[in-house]
Amino acid sequence: MTGLPPKIVREIEEYAERKKLSEQKRQKIMETARELYSKSLYDAEEPVGVVAAQSLSEPATQMTMRTYHFAGTAGIQVTLGLPRLLEIFDARKEPKTPTMTIRLEKDYQDIEKVRKIAEQIREVKAKDAILSTVVDLTDLFIRCRLNFEKLEELGIPREKAHKIIKLRNVETSLEGDELVVKPKNADLKTIHKFKYSVLESHIKGIKGISQVVVTKEGDEWIITTLGSNLAKVFAIEGVDYTRTVSNNIFEIYDVLGVEAARNAIMNQSKYTIEEQGLGIDIRYIMLLADLMTVDGEIKAIGRYGISGQKASVLVRASFEETKKHLVGASVRGEKDELRGTIENIMMNQVAPIGTGAFELVGRIPELAGQKASGEKKTKKKAGTASAAKKGKTKTKSESGKKAGENKK
Amino acid sequence: MYRIKSILFGILSPDVVRSIARVRVVTSDLYDADGYPVEGGVMDPRMGVIDPGLYCRTCGGGIGECTGHFGYLELAKPVVHVLYTKTIYQLLKMTCRKCSRIMIVTEEKDEKSKKRMKKSLEKSITIPSKCPHCGADQKKITFVKPYVYYEDKKELDPIEIRERFEKIPDSDLKKVKFRGGRPEWLLITLFPIPPVTMRPSITLESGERSEDDLTHKLVDIVRINQSLKENIDIGAPDFIISDLWELVQYHISTYFDNELTGVPLARHRSGRPLKGLVQRLKAKEGRIRGNLLGKRVNFSARTVISPDPRLSINEVGVPESVAKELTIPEYVTEMNRKYIKSLFDNDLVNYVVRPDGRRIKVTPDNKKDIVANIGPGWQVERQLRDGDVTIFNRQPSLHRISIMGHYAKVMPHKTFRLNPSVCPPYNADFDGDEMNLHVMQTEEARVEAKMLMDVKNNLISPKFGGPIIGLDLDQISGIYLLTGDDVSFSREEAAQLLADASIDIELPQKERFTGKEIFSLLLPKAVNLEFRANCCKCDEKGPHECPNDGWVRIRNGEVVSGRIDTKAVGAFKGKLLVRLRRELDNETLKDLIDQYGRLGVAYLMRRGFSIGLSDLDLPEGIHKDIQKMIKKAEEDSNSLIEQYNEGTLNILPGMTKKESLEAQILNTLASAVSGVSDIVSENIKYSDIIVMFESGAKGSLINTTQMTAVVGQETVLGKRIMGGYLGRTLPHFTRNDLSPMSHGFVSRGFKEGLTPFEVFWNIMNGREGLMDKSLRTRKSGYMQRRLVNALQDLKVFEDRSVRNAYNQIVQFTAGEDGVDPTKSDWGEIRWKEYMGD
Repeated sequence: MTGLPPKIVREIEEYAERKKLSEQKRQKIMETARELYSKSLYDAEEPVGVVAAQSLSEPATQMTMRTYHFAGTAGIQVTLGLPRLLEIFDARKEPKTPTMTIRLEKDYQDIEKVRKIAEQIREVKAKDAILSTVVDLTDLFIRCRLNFEKLEELGIPREKAHKIIKLRNVETSLEGDELVVKPKNADLKTIHKFKYSVLESHIKGIKGISQVVVTKEGDEWIITTLGSNLAKVFAIEGVDYTRTVSNNIFEIYDVLGVEAARNAIMNQSKYTIEEQGLGIDIRYIMLLADLMTVDGEIKAIGRYGISGQKASVLVRASFEETKKHLVGASVRGEKDELRGTIENIMMNQVAPIGTGAFELVGRIPELAGQKASGEKKTKKKAGTASAAKKGKTKTKSESGKKAGENKK
Repeated sequence: MYRIKSILFGILSPDVVRSIARVRVVTSDLYDADGYPVEGGVMDPRMGVIDPGLYCRTCGGGIGECTGHFGYLELAKPVVHVLYTKTIYQLLKMTCRKCSRIMIVTEEKDEKSKKRMKKSLEKSITIPSKCPHCGADQKKITFVKPYVYYEDKKELDPIEIRERFEKIPDSDLKKVKFRGGRPEWLLITLFPIPPVTMRPSITLESGERSEDDLTHKLVDIVRINQSLKENIDIGAPDFIISDLWELVQYHISTYFDNELTGVPLARHRSGRPLKGLVQRLKAKEGRIRGNLLGKRVNFSARTVISPDPRLSINEVGVPESVAKELTIPEYVTEMNRKYIKSLFDNDLVNYVVRPDGRRIKVTPDNKKDIVANIGPGWQVERQLRDGDVTIFNRQPSLHRISIMGHYAKVMPHKTFRLNPSVCPPYNADFDGDEMNLHVMQTEEARVEAKMLMDVKNNLISPKFGGPIIGLDLDQISGIYLLTGDDVSFSREEAAQLLADASIDIELPQKERFTGKEIFSLLLPKAVNLEFRANCCKCDEKGPHECPNDGWVRIRNGEVVSGRIDTKAVGAFKGKLLVRLRRELDNETLKDLIDQYGRLGVAYLMRRGFSIGLSDLDLPEGIHKDIQKMIKKAEEDSNSLIEQYNEGTLNILPGMTKKESLEAQILNTLASAVSGVSDIVSENIKYSDIIVMFESGAKGSLINTTQMTAVVGQETVLGKRIMGGYLGRTLPHFTRNDLSPMSHGFVSRGFKEGLTPFEVFWNIMNGREGLMDKSLRTRKSGYMQRRLVNALQDLKVFEDRSVRNAYNQIVQFTAGEDGVDPTKSDWGEIRWKEYMGD
């Protein structure tokens, strides 16, 4: 009945190829696989959402809170465990420890070239090239002793050294080995603050990338960074942008779009869960990632995301901010159609999910001829014999099973 | 049966209040001198009944029949409805002060400004200074929390606001999405008094009446309103009137919500803050989450659990005392008269329900009478007995498999008994855990419990598609020992063993049996399987001869080689269980798990299984080697510290000097401990401790090493123990001492005993674990709530797409291939294993 998923078809074809099976045998295997596959399919009305939510959060109770962990051999500390999982589900704009794993094109698999790219990426701040500073309080300027060797390393010649400070409303000049930085509108109060903005000012590299570590994974050189900026890294020559990833989901969304963001949510959650030695079926993570991104943007799990934007007033009110949702609904004159589970539980009604999604009508042949002996009896026997289905559900294995079991 | 199809939310209008109300409340008195409720008071008997035996003066219904009736109070002057202050503010800002039209105008085609208009009630927007309709100049409106409005510093009172709102045309309101009613209704003129049934008073033991919080509040409102009215009538000075008006406003506001910012809490005489209407609904114990979504139930029991490996996994041992209390309704029909009679003869009926719905308790005195009268249409509530389906649950119910169907088995003593194999899904142990049992009252519920919730139908965890129920602990040790190399039985012994395990099976015509043969007796002949057992420590991946007999080969249902352990029959890992699931139906597989569990335990009882202190002994000399290794590691660490102090330490990439030192010390010590671990595993004598961790029943080599040789580094926050005093952990060390000894390294084993310092480190580590656990449970509990709420309405449709309750498609095919992990093998379809090669 149903077509096999491509992966299984491919497996079977490979298998047949390897074993040199006849077309007929191949077809037979396909048939077996198809039968097996159709037995493994979801039943209609299965509450996948709740099962997924439970499967995702039950292992979370076993996760550690110990936030930091070293990612592989590269000495970059990244947030892992429960805090990281929460970060993903909350759809935080910026992770606590953003990091990138940069892979390079084939022609750049040489330690020297890799180092060079790594140097290009790392952000160099003025403080890295300044040995010491003196603040002149009478004339309101800052005198910095420069590390010219360092500047040379960065490819900045002595005569251009005064141009490293690229702040607005600032005059810079070189006096011997010292760099004089004079703010145009300085006063005693702000001069010390100004000193820090000078020290923190950006000289070279990509902003926000504070650490770069080069490691070898198998035969390949990999650059791991602390701090993330995909757009800029992609622009660097030699970077294989098809295999370079960040753990900042919003950045991926901005640079590559929702589908990439969905995959990022999936991969990151999967990695976080598996890193803790816990296993969970990938389908649940997929469902969550799909739900977070259905509308074309990343929505958080919680008050400000999916839960706060549900169509049903009662569902929203039952989650958080009860007052806000009820008051808002009354002003807008909203109507709750009671289509979900929570709403119907509140109304003390059977929810249209699982076995509540259909009704059974019993045809009771052995009692049909007898005199009616009370309504109760008929009710008890309902569901015996051939169960017919009512309502919009056409195929429902559950009801079939029910009929079968009761016959015994 | 009626079904509520939808609920419409809106604003209560004065007309509706008048039409639903049955009482006009005029006095703040509750009871007269004789203790009877005053007519026209807040407890007027026409607003419903709360005392048993009385009948409603409006509808004649008794308690439970009459749901109560509203009353109303005419306010002398209107007040602002606090819950809508923001809406009133937004509306005031955007209505013209002269013509009362909404001042935001939109071009029909301009989507952006239309959207802006729709959002205008929630978000603040810029308003033109001149009315686009009549050209009148506008003044600045300000809102001062909690409920005062100003127009250019002149206070706007509710009467003026009402007048303006009354003139806003309906068509304008529609455009800004104000659809719940008329805006003037946001200023209360007719105040509804809720029925007494929603604010019942309690009679204390002393005979005193204690009124509900809402009643107290209502009395205040009525009283102040009354005095306001009188003062207006006598023409009192303005300031008195405005003070009283403000007081009415205050009482009505706190009646709705007593947690308003900037409003002093309304308090009970005892000083306890009163509960407003919002507080009744809100949060965990509020009406919505506490009463509508979570309910208290009857027909349930709770007690301590204890293990009984002789029960089936889908049974639960129910104490007699519990079984006598819990009942199941049975309908009396023409056909089951005899059966019903037998229930009475055995004193198994607690109650009967007459056709008119009256419940009668069955006592020895009235039993005869009842039996004589009983007939079709009656119901009897009979006690729980063996074979009844029940629902068994352990909190926290994180899973659907935290609640499963078990068949009752009535037993002596006072605890619930369950097979230890079902502990993993419940995450239960027997150190004092309690569990809940529920008895269903309808046939539909029982059918669902049998078909969907029965343990035997939940052997596979939906989480990862593998078995979550399998043998555990002693059951595994037993099977592991049984399938060992040198186990053999005479025919009688074998028969005895199987009898002990209550396994009814024909023995083949043979005189001697090995343990493996006995195990194989139960296996279906079609099983062919090869895998690596837990006890195998070889490096080879493929088939090989393992010195530990760790390569399991099953040919045509015969264990040819290998020992059966947790990798074969354990929960989470059991490969054999997965294979058997394909061969057998759930019922037979359940029986097999039961049988293997009993077989394991029976063999263990026959063999004996125990550990003692001497099991931790190491041969002469080995202890010295271990000491040497530890000492060397400590010396190595010290030399690292020296290098650090001299500045010659090797600095690791991306780390500071201090971090590099710490990392290297941790490394040195850890590798020393793992070296010790190796020595221990090579030299420790074979005992039941080894059996336990080799078979995967419980424990590990690390536990053994910690007991016999060395505990190792204790950590706090993932680092060596730091802090405490300035530059040192305890005052007994010198400052800036970085040695392992002073930073949490425990160089002894538990058997030898720890030094006072080491005990301290160990306890620090333990305390961190406790804190981490409690923090984690809270965080992940909240995460679970959020996840469930977000995903709650997703279900698979007939076309296998996943949609939410409002038909928005989330996935076109569930899980991209439509496969239910619960029906898969670890999420895969293993068609190859059906190929028979």
